Amino acid sequence: MNLNILWFALIVVLFMGFFFLEGFDFGVGMLLPFLGRKDVERRIVINSIGPFWDANEVWLLTAGGAMFAAFPNWYATLFSGFYLALFLMLLALIGRGVAFEFRSKVDNSTWRRTWDWVIFFGSLLPPLLWGVALANIMRGVPIDARMNYVGGFWNLINVYSVVAGVATVLLFVLHGALFLTIKTEGVLRERARAAALRIGGLTTVLLFVFLVLSYLWTDMFTKKGIDPGPVPVAAGIALISVRFLTRSRHLGWAFGMTGVTIILSTLTVFLGLFPRVMISSLNPNWSLTIYNAASNHYSLQVMTIIALTVIPFVLAYQLWNYWVFRQRVKPADHLDY
Amino acid sequence: MSNLFLARLQFGVTTVYHFFFVPLTIGLVLLIAVMETVYVMRGNDAYKKMAKFWGKLFLINFAVGVVTGIIQEFQFGMNWSSYSRFVGDVFGAPLAVEALVAFFLESTFLGIWLFGWEKLSPRVHLLTIWLVAIGTTLSAFWILTANAFMQEPVGYTLRHGHAEMSNFFALIANPQLWLEFPHVWLGALSTGAFFVTGVSAYHLLRRNSTEIFKRSFHLGISLAVVSSILVAVLGHEQAQHLMTVQPMKMAASEALWNTSPEHAPWTVMADINPAQHRNSFSIKIPYALSVLAYNHLSGKVEGINQLQAQYEKQYGSGNYIPPVRTTFWSFRIMVLAGVLMILLALYGFYVSWKDRLLNRKWFLKSLIWAVSLPLIANIMGWIMTEMGRQPWAVYGLLRTQTGVSPTVSAASVLTTFIGFSAVYGVLAVVDAFLLIKFLKQHPDAEQHVLSTESMVTKPNL
Repeated sequence: MNLNILWFALIVVLFMGFFFLEGFDFGVGMLLPFLGRKDVERRIVINSIGPFWDANEVWLLTAGGAMFAAFPNWYATLFSGFYLALFLMLLALIGRGVAFEFRSKVDNSTWRRTWDWVIFFGSLLPPLLWGVALANIMRGVPIDARMNYVGGFWNLINVYSVVAGVATVLLFVLHGALFLTIKTEGVLRERARAAALRIGGLTTVLLFVFLVLSYLWTDMFTKKGIDPGPVPVAAGIALISVRFLTRSRHLGWAFGMTGVTIILSTLTVFLGLFPRVMISSLNPNWSLTIYNAASNHYSLQVMTIIALTVIPFVLAYQLWNYWVFRQRVKPADHLDY
Repeated sequence: MSNLFLARLQFGVTTVYHFFFVPLTIGLVLLIAVMETVYVMRGNDAYKKMAKFWGKLFLINFAVGVVTGIIQEFQFGMNWSSYSRFVGDVFGAPLAVEALVAFFLESTFLGIWLFGWEKLSPRVHLLTIWLVAIGTTLSAFWILTANAFMQEPVGYTLRHGHAEMSNFFALIANPQLWLEFPHVWLGALSTGAFFVTGVSAYHLLRRNSTEIFKRSFHLGISLAVVSSILVAVLGHEQAQHLMTVQPMKMAASEALWNTSPEHAPWTVMADINPAQHRNSFSIKIPYALSVLAYNHLSGKVEGINQLQAQYEKQYGSGNYIPPVRTTFWSFRIMVLAGVLMILLALYGFYVSWKDRLLNRKWFLKSLIWAVSLPLIANIMGWIMTEMGRQPWAVYGLLRTQTGVSPTVSAASVLTTFIGFSAVYGVLAVVDAFLLIKFLKQHPDAEQHVLSTESMVTKPNL
């Protein structure tokens, strides 16, 4: 395996981690105004992701940093190309980041309700935009011979990308609802389970529609033929199992299965791309690949040594974080957020 | 307005804004870690209250630093895509390492620290805040590694029209880095130190929880003495280093249009006329610039006009003169703020040591205002170093104007500039409101706003 492939794989892993982890805290944020009817319930909802959300977001920052270091052209084309979409995502991330911290610091219902909606929209926009962005990356966007994106913001909005965006939002809401079933108790837990059951069907349908559209609108069919391969099939099975697991109250397993769906869906997208990282709709030769977008070999070597040394520690202390706060959040707990 | 102008404006505004919060984060967390260490070692409950009190202020500040940091990382790709392509092989690495090594560490352990008071043993809990402190310092180190490369490019070769990394160790052994990092880090420590002394002074004036705030004050002022003196020493060394690596920045920061005589005087203030390349009025201290530049009473310092001629020969025709007025005055404001900080810190330490704080009302009042001094010095230092490097983005390698994203329209940059600035404005107001609200609270009265409700209300199950 050469280093270009290794770094592509590492970035895929970082995106999987980001979507899996921040996926549930985005979902929790979107569910906040609906599941928490009283202030204390809302605080329990927020505190369920309290010790985790910031570190979850770092998976995205690290993915961005890794793209910059390993594939500077990918970083440059994607971020300058999907400019306004990224701008909206940054606004959302700013809003929700401070909202968690500020929300419960003032005892005033207008103040708290305002920040609750900031959390809602701040959690809704990023998955929507990531869905839109990934669909466009799969489908191809106008990229010129000098690797610059030459379309506008509205080029990114089409049926395929909107389906992907909405499907991502729903998948994260489902993931977040199931997270709440394992982190809360009593009435909140029941509401979260009911929410999961309510949107589970629609999520499955929409992701299936997205898969069908992918055959029509991307080069998946010409690349793979009618059989999509084991990864998307496994993702589909995992998603279908969620409904049964939720019904039979195997909620931890259900949460695990939405996680599997997210990870395998992410893998499907990037396997479909490989070895390209940005597809040019103008000329296939202008596409960015893991070779023409990459840093020099020495730079990749250095980064490989650093990453492979540090990542085990990061994983270990993040797991420890989840272990320390493994218990359900209770109303009698000292709530920091 | 061109996209270049707007992209520069946005970079400047974002960086300056971000850097209001970051130094306080770095400085304050160290003091909190020390407070909690004393609590764990001696079992003195006052220090636990201190750690919690300052911790709350830390978190309010930290939140804004983090979210603006995300923009910092992504704006290179958004507004400076040509820059990113040109230096990505070299410049991307420290950013990625920063995320991997520092961001994960600080965000994970801050979450554990905040939520873990009752879940962890005191020693393990203490370890978490130290890891946060180490994380913030590592973050500064890696981002300054990237910046030092822009000031003094090392460890690269030019190939295929862009810079490729050829020696990672040269990158982290960059002499510029080993002056810049301690200088910025000490500046950050002084920011935390003056914040703690200023807020303590506020409470001491009102005789609130005097035991806690006397101790906080003493801790803060001790760090203020050490950091404000050392930051000046490192600043001086950095200026001397500038003489060899960026003489134009040095000349601009002195508004020295023509090469100085053998005994170079230091210009205290000047009425600078950049159009005519002269100063119509100036006050000078004899010999002082030679001392500043070489630690000797003699030694010529090259002037702007001579350097411009030299650069035209070296790099082709063009304007190699940075904005002289900005560079000149930002440097002087930074130095003035630094001098005031040293004087206040020394006197404050003396008064605190003699335990006469409560009788020095005017002095305590002045320390409340002095919270702004390191903030001003930090910002002015960055303005001097970044504006003084112009027209280069990477000194001698890449001009700022060639780094901008070619396909992002001025309208797009204007949109994001207005959007981000509006958010920065709102956040500044809200953050200031919350900081003031919480710094006025008494640490002895346990945080009532936060916990009463959750203790009293039981949900209907």
